[in-house]
Amino acid sequence: MKYLVLIIFFISFNIQATTITVCKTCEIKTINEAVSLSKDGDSILVKKGIYKEQSIIIINKSIHLIGEDNAIIDGEFKETIIKVTANNFSIEGLTFMNVGQSYTKDFAAILVSKSKHFILKNNIVKKAFFGFLIEKSHHGEIINNKISSNAVNETSSGNGIHLWHCSHMKIQNNIVSNLRDGIYFEFVKNSTISNNISKNNIRYGLHFMFSNNNVYFKNEFKNNGAGVAVMFSKFIIMHDNVFHYNWGMASYGLLLKEIYDAQIENNTFEQNTIGINVENCSRVDYNKNKFIRNGWALKFSGGCYKNIFELNSFMYNAFDLSYNSKLNSNRFEKNYWSDYTGYDLNKDGIGDVPYRPVKLFSYIVNRTPEALVLLRSLFVDIINFSEKVSPVFTPDNLIDSKPLMKMIHD
Amino acid sequence: MLKILKYSFFDLMRSRWSYVYFVFYLALGFVLLFLNNDLNKAVITLMNIIIVLTPLIGTIFGVMYYYNSKEFTELLLAQPIKRKNIFMGQYVGIALSLTLSLVLGLGLPFVLYGLFRSTAIFDFILLLVAGSFLNFIFVALSYNIALSTDNKIKGFGYAILMWLFLAVIYDGIFLISLLMFNEYPLDKFSLIATMFNPIDLSRILILLKLDISALLGYTGAVFRNFFGTSFGMVVSMFILALWVILPVFRMNAKLKKKDF
Repeated sequence: MKYLVLIIFFISFNIQATTITVCKTCEIKTINEAVSLSKDGDSILVKKGIYKEQSIIIINKSIHLIGEDNAIIDGEFKETIIKVTANNFSIEGLTFMNVGQSYTKDFAAILVSKSKHFILKNNIVKKAFFGFLIEKSHHGEIINNKISSNAVNETSSGNGIHLWHCSHMKIQNNIVSNLRDGIYFEFVKNSTISNNISKNNIRYGLHFMFSNNNVYFKNEFKNNGAGVAVMFSKFIIMHDNVFHYNWGMASYGLLLKEIYDAQIENNTFEQNTIGINVENCSRVDYNKNKFIRNGWALKFSGGCYKNIFELNSFMYNAFDLSYNSKLNSNRFEKNYWSDYTGYDLNKDGIGDVPYRPVKLFSYIVNRTPEALVLLRSLFVDIINFSEKVSPVFTPDNLIDSKPLMKMIHD
Repeated sequence: MLKILKYSFFDLMRSRWSYVYFVFYLALGFVLLFLNNDLNKAVITLMNIIIVLTPLIGTIFGVMYYYNSKEFTELLLAQPIKRKNIFMGQYVGIALSLTLSLVLGLGLPFVLYGLFRSTAIFDFILLLVAGSFLNFIFVALSYNIALSTDNKIKGFGYAILMWLFLAVIYDGIFLISLLMFNEYPLDKFSLIATMFNPIDLSRILILLKLDISALLGYTGAVFRNFFGTSFGMVVSMFILALWVILPVFRMNAKLKKKDF
């Protein structure tokens, strides 16, 4: 037993981590050199300065790359800056700039592949092509990073945080802006995205494909070209996110396509062209969301079944609801509609007259989009009113039978 | 002409209806801003009201003033004054006093609620400009009608019908034709169709500034490319001006031949 303790002590002493310092006046002047000298468990401390380096490759070394204030790695628009394939590593506090741009290769500030248990923290990426490109990796954390670029069009730009075939990832408190897609998930499982801000991206703030069982909450998506797209995924939970100012000809707050068994709760959709565009989605619960001043609050297309809308607030949208096929077996109940004009005689807070979210004009606009020119015309108000009094065109079964009289406050 | 303008203007300024009209807009402005403090939202609501109400009130005022002051006008006609001057003076007097009520009535509350510090100022100014144009247009149109019919009841009837046509029926026909010719490209058609109705034109002008353009899809692109540019703005202002000038011309032509 004594020997065992001694051996363990000896081993641990032997592999004790060392810190390698990199600076312009140090013995080791480049990060590349430091990385090649390092062993498992070592830390590399990068001092202040600009390091013009690319293709720093870390393979099978569990090292900690730590940048001091203003430690800048300039990729000179050539290549991927750091490539990692290792477990238990971390990269912190570095500033990356000028990542290589290419039409054929996905250059990134940090490329992580086939790794586990890693942390990317407090880094800044400026003029990124791709920011962090992470493939076939698991149990990683991406926290407090700022990634920005100056993307002009979709073909010549990359994504901020791009995950492909990953699982158990945690993406938290990042700010991604002016890229193609802010955050991109493809084949990612059991991960969370929280407290991020994704803005001014030319395509999507968040792009989600074939990624099941993920949670995203408390994120802000602002002023993105096409908003947030969540496609072909199951068992997703989205709550407390804010989608706003995604305004333009083909913009959505949230685009849902082929989503099953999701929960969408407590989100705010403000001033988007389309609040949520729903395509072929079933068994999705929409609870306590707020739709404020959108063009369309909800737009359905394709077959959508068994969706439930409860306790949502629809306020001052040009159109609350639009659809192009039959909206069978979807339930609207206990929502607040700012256009509701019914009464509540027994004062239980629930309107006595059902509300019809589809107006005649939105039905017409669906058939003839050009008719939208007549928005807010007196004639349109008149036909909407007469349709409300005696519905002829709008479906009988699409009603909120228990509309709330007052807005829901949290 | 100036003398008569001055006379009609002050006559109207003294009249109860001008005050009622002024107080109505004042109350409207304050109530709107009291209910929600957001100037941007208030501008949207105001647009709905201005688009419908200004033409209606302009029409009724015009017809009413013509018939009420008919005897006095006939007295004036006996004097050595040009017919044109008499009627133009009256016309400009009415339109100006209505416009003043509108601009002051709405302007005051908005200025008090901090219009100058708001981003809504351009939208608001556009709204007032459109409202003023509508005043001038509809007073001119109603004067035309009043000049053409000596029968008071008929005159009122035609004037209301004219308002109803431009505010409601025109849009109805427009919508039906859009639905009927669904298969054809309709963007150019709808662009031109809005030009022929001053109410539609001012509505679209304001709506596009309020950024509803993004909702319009492909048609929106055509519309925004036209109205969004300064060229489109100039053209639409020109057309609104034309809507004032043409009825005024007709008024003068009618005057020359009319037997009082």
